Amino acid sequence: MLTTPGADGRFGEFGGRFVPETLVPACQELEAAFHDAWNDTVFRTELNDLLRDYAGRPSILTECHNLGRKLGIRLILKREDLNHTGSHKINSVLGQVLLAKRMGKKRIVAETGAGQHGVASATAAALLGLGCKVYMGEVDVERQALNVFRMRLLGAEVVPAKSGSRTLKDAVNEAMRDWVATVEHTYYAIGSVMGPHPYPFMVRQFQSVIGTEARAQCRELLGTDPDFVTACVGGGSNAIGIFSGFVDTHARLIGVEPAGGAAVGRGVPGVVHGMRSYLMQDEYGQVQEAQSISAGLDYPGVGPEHSYLASIGRAEYPSVTDAEVIEGFQLLAKTEGIIPALECAHVVAWIAREAPNMQGKTVLMNLSGRGDKDVAQMMDILG
Amino acid sequence: MAVLHTGKLESHLRARRDAGRKLLVPYITGGYLGWTDAVRAAAANGADAIEIGIPFSDPVMDGPMIQLASEQALERGATPLTILQELRSIDIDVPLAVMCYYNTVHSAGNERFSHSLAEAGVCAAIVPDLPLEEATEWCFAADGAGIETVMLAAPTAPEERLPRILQRCNGFVYAVGLLGVTGERDELASTATKLAARLKALTDVPVLIGVGVSNAAQAVEASTVADGVVMGASVMRRLIEHDADAVGEYVGEVRKALDAAVGVK
Repeated sequence: MLTTPGADGRFGEFGGRFVPETLVPACQELEAAFHDAWNDTVFRTELNDLLRDYAGRPSILTECHNLGRKLGIRLILKREDLNHTGSHKINSVLGQVLLAKRMGKKRIVAETGAGQHGVASATAAALLGLGCKVYMGEVDVERQALNVFRMRLLGAEVVPAKSGSRTLKDAVNEAMRDWVATVEHTYYAIGSVMGPHPYPFMVRQFQSVIGTEARAQCRELLGTDPDFVTACVGGGSNAIGIFSGFVDTHARLIGVEPAGGAAVGRGVPGVVHGMRSYLMQDEYGQVQEAQSISAGLDYPGVGPEHSYLASIGRAEYPSVTDAEVIEGFQLLAKTEGIIPALECAHVVAWIAREAPNMQGKTVLMNLSGRGDKDVAQMMDILG
Repeated sequence: MAVLHTGKLESHLRARRDAGRKLLVPYITGGYLGWTDAVRAAAANGADAIEIGIPFSDPVMDGPMIQLASEQALERGATPLTILQELRSIDIDVPLAVMCYYNTVHSAGNERFSHSLAEAGVCAAIVPDLPLEEATEWCFAADGAGIETVMLAAPTAPEERLPRILQRCNGFVYAVGLLGVTGERDELASTATKLAARLKALTDVPVLIGVGVSNAAQAVEASTVADGVVMGASVMRRLIEHDADAVGEYVGEVRKALDAAVGVK
């Protein structure tokens, strides 16, 4: 079991609620509303029904016999890529949009990097009848054009964030500025285990369905827990989701970061986007721009609970390079017939690199998204 | 109940307010081209205090104008050190407050940062992403260094919250005029004077409305209830589009309007 933060919203020394005064009452209201909903069987039943009948849960496990044999390990995928909208983001969004509706909000705003959370938000808003505006860095609007069109098709308004690095961090800034102005009738659906309390905790609770399912499924398949539980980490919602099922087992928890956005690996504690967490920043506290091939991991910070898990040594956060990611992307496609999201290709890359040190071990990987959205970008790269 | 030390900024503003004057605090982004001249011009044209912004990469409370000023200041190589260094030699007799996001403080450390402000002659700090619940450590360090902490109060605050904010506030209380980020608006939001009235009923600390006070007429309107105003985007627009002289003229124009409204010659 992962820890439950107290009223100060802390995981150890990380987390908190560093937001403009205007938003403090909204965060407090959300904290109370989430607590109330999470303990209400009517809400939980409604959410579970949506997860089953709309998102397609539970997601299956797929054992990678070909790649496993090639690498000398037993490799098992948790197939979050098979959820409706193609990633794990739908788990949290259905919960958050149901909650927004229960709170009487008329509209949601969201930020998105690769577009997966934006698509999931637009989808849930369409289903549940709320307005939806998605902020997306201008750079990402260009490299993820298909997801932009998808969001618009679903009825959402997509607004390019043109400030700063014009990627995910700036999309978060714009979404927060929107929320400061519209807080009375708008719900901010944050896409990861980040932001001010209660978001990191709440999004984790919504994503813990991944770990809960995977633990039971592994025990059925393997008769035991895996030796390694692996996931990619940008903000870290898919990773915390699957870690939540294994934190009290012997499994080593591995969160793979991009080399150009290694908040845990290369950052120091800082405060941005409402939380204290590891952050890539310069000596004066200016937040640095992440550089990653995958828009979804192009984030200089990380969810505070990952900072906590790293600080107590419970989880490890290695990084891989873009070149390794490109290899990993093709490796899973060619050996297993599964095209992973570029984000997840980071995990494939790490597993391929570290396989010599894991011979005979069982490795569970969270395949948190499918790679269709990245095919055009890879076509340009591979020629 | 702890009684906060009344520092230099607060005693200065109280004295002027109590003499019947409405308070005018222009904001200027530190490090922006011509900013020190703009500070001098504001001081010479009737500012009661000046708020100096330390630019940050991710200013979530700021609209396009101050975002632009911050980005350009950072591109010019501005850091908290260079800004405080230049402030030391600015030689004006108007008290200064800095506005900075909390990571700027956090990265230096609460103690080190508050002492560096004091050494540069700064009286107070405004940290817009450090709400009451997170402010304890900063306030402890700031109190120790003799730096006043201006707290923000927002229109969204429930009744019970305002007294707790005021209890921890010194210098002045920054009443956030509207739901939204900094920037010019066509009209003063109705939330501005409503919040100022709530605060005035609770405190003797000067109450200044900031965010969305965009011209002399709005400053006068806000000051019918509040003790004065903080003006940022409209000041920075003049520096960005024109120069420090334009800032001086504008501050002078607002000063005149405020004085005329209360009958000061």
